[in-house]
Amino acid sequence: MNVTIVDYSSGNISSVINSFKEVAQDKVNIEVTPDLNKIKSSDKVVLPGQGSFKSCVDALNNIDGLIDTLNEFAMSKKKPLLGICVGLQMFADIGYEETETKGLGWISGKVSKIDNQNGKYKLPHIGWNQINIVKDSKIFRNIENNSHMYFVHSYEFIPKDKNVISATTDYSSNIVCSVEKENIFGTQFHPEKSDKIGLKIINNFISL
Amino acid sequence: MLKNRIIPCLDVKNGRVVKGINFVDLKDAGDPVEQAKIYSDGGADEICFLDITASNENRDIIYDVVEKTSKRCFVPLTVGGGIRSVEDINKLLNCGADKVSINTAAVENSKVVMDSSKKFGSQCIVVAIDAKKNGDKWEVFTHGGRNNSGIDALEYAKQMEENGAGELLVTSMDRDGTQVGYDIDLMSKISSKVNIPVIASGGVGNLDHLVDGIKLGNASAVLAASIFHYGKHSLKEAKEYLDSKGIPVRI
Repeated sequence: MNVTIVDYSSGNISSVINSFKEVAQDKVNIEVTPDLNKIKSSDKVVLPGQGSFKSCVDALNNIDGLIDTLNEFAMSKKKPLLGICVGLQMFADIGYEETETKGLGWISGKVSKIDNQNGKYKLPHIGWNQINIVKDSKIFRNIENNSHMYFVHSYEFIPKDKNVISATTDYSSNIVCSVEKENIFGTQFHPEKSDKIGLKIINNFISL
Repeated sequence: MLKNRIIPCLDVKNGRVVKGINFVDLKDAGDPVEQAKIYSDGGADEICFLDITASNENRDIIYDVVEKTSKRCFVPLTVGGGIRSVEDINKLLNCGADKVSINTAAVENSKVVMDSSKKFGSQCIVVAIDAKKNGDKWEVFTHGGRNNSGIDALEYAKQMEENGAGELLVTSMDRDGTQVGYDIDLMSKISSKVNIPVIASGGVGNLDHLVDGIKLGNASAVLAASIFHYGKHSLKEAKEYLDSKGIPVRI
């Protein structure tokens, strides 16, 4: 099996690479590439993302044919794809970080700044927070409710259809932190930095 | 609920831990990779390396250390010390650091903070502020505490937030190494001045100091070095103690 981590110059993805390689060992081949043919032929795709919504969308657009290839992979072929952090946020129709930017539109909704209640809550939301699992998600197999995950973000994904939400976390409000829609998975938190429990989520995705 | 973080810090010089955990079962007590692994297995919420290598020819050793550590520890890794440029940051992130902490370069050239936060995202840019009390204010020091910039630490903290820092690592130079506790006044003043998380550092001698840093200093995270070295306290003990004092921690 081949799992491709899309390397589209979206900032630092070393931790993502290291964690997937740790989990995969020799069982699964992990590719790190922006190569369209390799993405097309892989069984699963991981879409990381750091920095702003706009910078990540711009970086995707900078690689000719990448968005079309991802659309085909996730929407037409319906193969499993995991978005992490801004990778998840880009599933939305639109994001408001820096400036209004069109997203991939895979899961209808928007990405807005977390309401910090006039400075009562610090932003970014950095650190370990517990997840409330609200629906069975394949990537949460053997993950206990209220497990701690590592977060670092200032924007949140607000999907229109609440049925896609698989987990939330409590901060200044109830924040969507995981989604599942058919073959599309996303986590706002960083499984690659969430210790053993995070590696378990990665293993669940790889084992789908 | 978001948990307060405990971050053990290791001083690394020429690729070796200067003051470290003195565990008998350690294969190599001076190996930062081994020590980081012990901390992450012990429940560290993040790991911090401070590279205090003085000579330029040994500077590159830290990249190798970071690379090896990030392949074995799956909690966030922050690396500071000697970072001069956006290119230095790029190299550390590529080796597997999740965040970098910038001290002297941020004072001398605030463009480094602006450019790097824009390029890599604020989430990985920590500005380290070494502050020393002078009268009724605190001044920012650079070059490992040797040079006084004369800049007001509170104003500087606000400016760094505006420049794109994602977090501030605030060290009281008056308290560092004294083990009498954090400078609570400094921590709480900076924390109320900015809307980004503050990591308290400098002066921890016992577990109550960690409690004070969070409860009185309003720090989001507490960094400590010596109390975790030589096995004086384990991270587990620290977390259980904080928990018993009503502080939310990841256990």
